[in-house]
Amino acid sequence: MTTIATGGNARAEAPVFYRTEEHAHAAGGSTLLGFWIYLMSDCLVFAALFAAYGVLGGSYAAGPQPKDLFELPLVAVNTSMLLLSSITYGFAMLTTYQGRVGATQGWLIVTALFGMAFVGIELHEFAHMIHDGATPQRSAFLSAFFTLVGTHGLHVTVGLIWMVTLMLQVGRRGLIADNVRRLACLSMFWHFLDVIWIGVFTFVYLGGMLR
Amino acid sequence: MTADSTLTKMAFGRLTLQAFPVHEPLLVATFVAVALGGAIVLGAISYFRLWGYLWREWITTIDHKRIGIMYMILGLIMLLRGFADALMMRMQQAAAFGAADGFLPAHHYDQIFTAHGVIMIFFVAMPFITGLMNFVVPLQIGARDVSFPFLNNFSFWMTTVGAVLVMISLFVGEFARTGWLAYPPLSGIAYSPDVGVDYYIWSLQIAGVGTLLSGVNLIATIVKLRAPGMTMMRMPVFTWTALCTNVLIVAAFPILTATLALLSLDRYAGTNFFTNDFGGNSMMYVNLIWIWGHPEVYILILPIFGVFSEVTATFSGKRLFGYSSMVYATLVITILSYLVWLHHFFTMGSGASVNSFFGITTMIISIPTGAKMFNWLFTLYRGRIRFELPMMWTLAFMLTFVIGGMSGVLLAVPPADFVLHNSLFLVAHFHNVIIGGVVFGVFAGISYWFPKAFGFRLEPFWGKVSFWFWVAGFYLAFMPLYVLGLMGVTRRLRHFEDPTLQIWFVVAAAGAVLILLGIVSFLIQIYLSILRRDALRDRTGDPWGGRTLEWSTSSPPPDYNFAFTPVVYDTDAWWDMKNRGFRRPVAQFNAIHMPRNTGAGFILAALSGILGFAMIWRIWWLAALGLAALAAAAIVHSFNYRRDFHIPADTVARVEDQRTHLLASQG
Amino acid sequence: MSEIVHDKPSAGQRAANAGHGSLRDYLTGFFLSVILTAMPFWLVMSGALNGKIATALAITVFAVAQIVVHMVYFLHMNTRSEGGWSIMAMVFTLILVVIVLVGSLWIIYHLNANMMPGMDMSQMP
Repeated sequence: MTTIATGGNARAEAPVFYRTEEHAHAAGGSTLLGFWIYLMSDCLVFAALFAAYGVLGGSYAAGPQPKDLFELPLVAVNTSMLLLSSITYGFAMLTTYQGRVGATQGWLIVTALFGMAFVGIELHEFAHMIHDGATPQRSAFLSAFFTLVGTHGLHVTVGLIWMVTLMLQVGRRGLIADNVRRLACLSMFWHFLDVIWIGVFTFVYLGGMLR
Repeated sequence: MTADSTLTKMAFGRLTLQAFPVHEPLLVATFVAVALGGAIVLGAISYFRLWGYLWREWITTIDHKRIGIMYMILGLIMLLRGFADALMMRMQQAAAFGAADGFLPAHHYDQIFTAHGVIMIFFVAMPFITGLMNFVVPLQIGARDVSFPFLNNFSFWMTTVGAVLVMISLFVGEFARTGWLAYPPLSGIAYSPDVGVDYYIWSLQIAGVGTLLSGVNLIATIVKLRAPGMTMMRMPVFTWTALCTNVLIVAAFPILTATLALLSLDRYAGTNFFTNDFGGNSMMYVNLIWIWGHPEVYILILPIFGVFSEVTATFSGKRLFGYSSMVYATLVITILSYLVWLHHFFTMGSGASVNSFFGITTMIISIPTGAKMFNWLFTLYRGRIRFELPMMWTLAFMLTFVIGGMSGVLLAVPPADFVLHNSLFLVAHFHNVIIGGVVFGVFAGISYWFPKAFGFRLEPFWGKVSFWFWVAGFYLAFMPLYVLGLMGVTRRLRHFEDPTLQIWFVVAAAGAVLILLGIVSFLIQIYLSILRRDALRDRTGDPWGGRTLEWSTSSPPPDYNFAFTPVVYDTDAWWDMKNRGFRRPVAQFNAIHMPRNTGAGFILAALSGILGFAMIWRIWWLAALGLAALAAAAIVHSFNYRRDFHIPADTVARVEDQRTHLLASQG
Repeated sequence: MSEIVHDKPSAGQRAANAGHGSLRDYLTGFFLSVILTAMPFWLVMSGALNGKIATALAITVFAVAQIVVHMVYFLHMNTRSEGGWSIMAMVFTLILVVIVLVGSLWIIYHLNANMMPGMDMSQMP
């Protein structure tokens, strides 16, 4: 209904220049797009770190090189932890859209466990390298390695904190629209991190063994 | 070492009493002035019991109009600081020849030119354009606010905290002495072991977060919240330039963040990204920082192009010429700005093949800007031009910016750049485009939209005085620098041997004094406008005969901007409405859904500031606490689900009735 | 603001539209990803392909393929989401990532070659 409430004579052909009814902009309708755009910016942070690794990754400063340090079987295990966590988060989203709180929480816990395994294995790898003298300070290659891989791990860790926070919020208020939106954002974040990891294991680990 | 001093070191990090410059008379005097001024302001606020009002209506506001105004105030305050630096440099360079050493030792001079650049770019120009975009864009697209109002508030306070850190460096410790881009190895821990570069890094990282989030916010706003009927090709040109600017922000600032993070790791953790040894490559810093740096200058100028498009059309009484080509030119500039960055370091040695590629792309990018110039000229042609202040600034811009652009195309030729790189010619070029472009454009935007923001126009006489001082001052201050640069004078010098150069520097200093008078006139203009605001009142909301939707609202607009969402049928939507029998609705208002104010943005930004300060001074316990508090505050904020409310329909009716009566009294 | 977003659909009904994935999508994506991960690892660890360049090329192809798989099956990337803005943003980002990487490598390669001490400046490429 577009009743025009005017004070004077309205010309019959004057177009309707305003909406008289509030079409509620879906509350939070911008959130998914906004978060996606933020992820694109995060992509560029990683691009800069990849560029630094690309440029400095061969500067060993007579120190340890990739083939001295990288244990591909362990990296393969780590990759599968992250990949599994991706699919379990996918299952969590499916149960979210079905409105099943318990199942969602369950899948989120499994995802978090895989994520924590990933971070744990990575920290173990770092500790091992540092113990062997391959510290971030040893060479530009190692500085770039630790920063690129470490920044990814930091993102995963932040994602885990976010996951726990969301689980608490879902536990309190259920799968209300706000929480579904937040889960969708974390979903994008989580899958995005797996995409970055594809770049990392290919160009840092596998590529490093090929240098 | 006594246990006492170890405890002091743990408690205060590197912060000692030496950090306070009690032996520098200039700084002591500045501190006294600032402290006195600050005390007066704080005292006045307390005396008039305005703290509650300030907290409720300004500090915690999520209203894009108020946040826009606060950005402009921040930019203005920092302009005074940045200009003081400029004045000091001009004085020093005019005086320091041969035996005369001037009044600024190298230790200070280097901080001054660094701070001048950092402040002007990050804390004057960026806040000004962000302020304009924030205020205007939601109104122009018929929206009630931006997509993420809380983030908007948070972004503002993060920018402010960055500015505060730079200001603190004046009185506690010192600032960087590396130039505004802080190239390593000079900015590395080996050659700048003191806190200066750390102040630089943390203020930019914190402000950078604010800017990036602002970019995300405005893109989402423009994409999602346009009024029905406003297709992309019906958006006002200012909104188009805002969209492209924010795309550049989102795409460029992450590079700055990452690069400064790498520099921080070199400084704090002893990594070897940009060091001279262990495989580091400081040329990579220059490469990365300019991948950000070039898009940054387009971030500064694109919104200004939008301002000029709006002003030219309005004050010519004509539709903007070549709307589509304006849009395409803006898009082309956006994309090309990522293909030119190496022209900032032609002389670093990448060789002819690389230099040629970037030289060519740099020359190509001048073309779309040229197209815009012609479009503005064709808009003016056969228009009924009104020489109000915004139009005066626009005309000055058109002449001045073209000169600056031409010197840029000259610099784009690598062999020419080999002679002119880092000379005063370069300094003249970028001031030419930034002052002739950004500053003139900001003044145009301020005089154009001031009545919308505050409900009364700016007093025109002192505005014109300011204008003439600025224009004359700019030419006097910077044309000599072109000459000096061509004669081979290097930038960032504080002392010269050749006395024949002095006259040019004296003329430049005179120019700086004229600009000072321009700034003072501007402040007088604001003061007198507030005093005479009733005489200057804008009662219709459309003082200039505007063409875009912001002029359909009252001046200032109500909190909710539009009682009813407008429906759009054409570009220049308000012009279309005026010409096709629009009647303002006066009854049957609905309740309006609005976001709530919040203090979370201010608190999070303040905690970031504490974290930054602690990191600068290596006060590790405070840094850890700050980081933990920041994380906790963010998480706690996320548990707040009550973020909105409704303005009742009768409140809307009351506000709209007031406007109905005001309009009726205008006849 | 506390209503449940969807009614519980039947087990066979999956919302494949509106940017939600289906169980089949996720499982397909997962299995493809497993293969596209195992292959490059095997190629490098076994040295099956002759030569480093061939292997490097192959693992790059696998990486790009797996990224596409993730985008389509996990991130539900399509030309319609958010009115086409999602994919436009991603393409733009991708272009910039390529410019940053290729540009940096090209420029630094030249800088390193020309600026190493002891070289003859008249022979700069």
